[in-house]
Amino acid sequence: MAAKTFNIPTLMQGLPPHTACQGCGHGIAGRIIYEVIEEMGMSSNCVAFHDLACGANMLFAQKGNGFSGAHGRAIPTATGFKRTRPDMLVFSYAGDGATYSIGMQHTIHTALRNENITAIVVNNTNFGMTGGQMSPATLIGQKTTSSPKGRTAELNGNPIDITEVYSGMKIAYLARGSVDSVANINKTKAYIRKAFEKQMAGCGFSFVEIMAPCPTNWGMTALGSIKRMQDEVLKLYPVGEYIDGGAK
Amino acid sequence: MAERAIMKGNEALAEAALRAGCRFFSGYPITPQTEVLEYLSWRMYEVRGHMIQTEDELTGLHMLLGASLGGNRVLSTSSGPGFALFHEGMSYLCGCEIPAVLVDVQRLGAACGGIGVSQGDYEEVVHGGGNGDSQCIVLTPASVQEEVDLVQEAYDLAEKYRNPVIVMTDAIIGQMMEGVTLPDFKEHDINKYDWVYRPLKTNEMGKINAGWPGRSWTEQAKHLREKFASMQQNEQRWENVQVSDADVVCVAYGISSRVCKEAVKKARAKGVKLGLIRLVTAWPFPEKAFAEISKECKGILVVEMSIKGQTVPDVKLATKCGLSVYGYFSVDIVPDADIVVEIAEDIIAGTAQEV
Repeated sequence: MAAKTFNIPTLMQGLPPHTACQGCGHGIAGRIIYEVIEEMGMSSNCVAFHDLACGANMLFAQKGNGFSGAHGRAIPTATGFKRTRPDMLVFSYAGDGATYSIGMQHTIHTALRNENITAIVVNNTNFGMTGGQMSPATLIGQKTTSSPKGRTAELNGNPIDITEVYSGMKIAYLARGSVDSVANINKTKAYIRKAFEKQMAGCGFSFVEIMAPCPTNWGMTALGSIKRMQDEVLKLYPVGEYIDGGAK
Repeated sequence: MAERAIMKGNEALAEAALRAGCRFFSGYPITPQTEVLEYLSWRMYEVRGHMIQTEDELTGLHMLLGASLGGNRVLSTSSGPGFALFHEGMSYLCGCEIPAVLVDVQRLGAACGGIGVSQGDYEEVVHGGGNGDSQCIVLTPASVQEEVDLVQEAYDLAEKYRNPVIVMTDAIIGQMMEGVTLPDFKEHDINKYDWVYRPLKTNEMGKINAGWPGRSWTEQAKHLREKFASMQQNEQRWENVQVSDADVVCVAYGISSRVCKEAVKKARAKGVKLGLIRLVTAWPFPEKAFAEISKECKGILVVEMSIKGQTVPDVKLATKCGLSVYGYFSVDIVPDADIVVEIAEDIIAGTAQEV
């Protein structure tokens, strides 16, 4: 088998490295997104709408068109842009806090409109940038700085599973990937490609959730956080394709 | 060819925006603004634009930010409680220097208030407008024709300064019907400006468009101070009616200014020298208009449909506190021209109370 050479995508070359913590999933997520963009020949023809906080780390690790709007608003900002320039590849890039908490109304209504954009959500089960508070995706029992004794259903409600929320909705694509292993990274990359291709074919709203570790705020080593993903997180949030719709 | 029509203020404003080249509207229904959204829900598609009825007002602002970043001329409109939700987006438009035209059709009171006419949003719109040193240009039409004219001008100003422009109107101007001359359609090229996001050319692949100011805060502060100063110097607009010999000068905008115009006529007919400074821009405040006031002027009468008399501090600043200022603040009922004349007579007689 021929050796595969590792290349940094063109739009990420010659820049200082991203500012994410060691062991964070954002670096891998960003890289595979831009690998897909380059493989599709869309490097000059795409715009990334980042959220604030950890979701904006990638803004400074990429060349080309990027924009960081208000917290939770990456999806509507991407919507307005895509309506204006439908031939460009337009995606939002945000975390679980932005997408399932402050921006939840957009997560629902963009899917109801089946808007022809792609939303990528890096879910690390907490608010990373502000120091690890509980997010809607925090697991029951998970200790965070705003659930110091661990999340309970009685006190905090149950964690959100986007595949349940979108169940039965007429959107183009829904998949959940993960960056915990090479096999899952490759799967996730294929999901992103499919989501982008559906957008460029005009099929409607595509959504890829990427499960990621947050060793800094989970209080774990990088390897420890990968183990937690495999032992706990991915059991609650399994990897796979959930909606694979046709043309709009 | 310019077209004559009889139109409701809100619908005329919507049509004027389309004729200025606006092809993107995102907003939410609220009385007394809803006709804009209803009109555009069918009319926007006739001109091959996009109209999105959003999940809330806040969403509308972020959507149009994205559309403007792509080069579109954009619009969102709201009223009172809905306009309050614009502020997050307004701060982003100001901070990232993205042009947009926004409209506040003022309604009554704080909280939900009422759907009737009032002018209580002056401070919010003129001096509020989002966190972090945000500042919008504010235009205040007093007729349906002026809604049409100012909305056209608003797009040019927004792009000239890369800044949001707000048309601050009210429930009466928005809801009433008047004869209007509609301008011809203008084409807007989405690639007109170099700051617009578009596909990159081969030699632009190293370019970084991050949407942020891309300069230090010291440099950004200097840039914005110069930009705001330039707006203040060059964009003051007003209408003076018989100001130079007036013993009392009314200051008003929107529906109140129409009553004041009538009051000037009535007062002059009985020998009372009343004048009017009508604000056409509320920001920048038309300080230059006050230069015409004579040294013999006995005082200024601010006429406004509000509780606090929100224009008063700006009037005092514009006159460097050199004139007595009086108020007639009618809140939820349109001011009465005869009462304006009575108060003017009291001011001349020295029996009126200053504010």
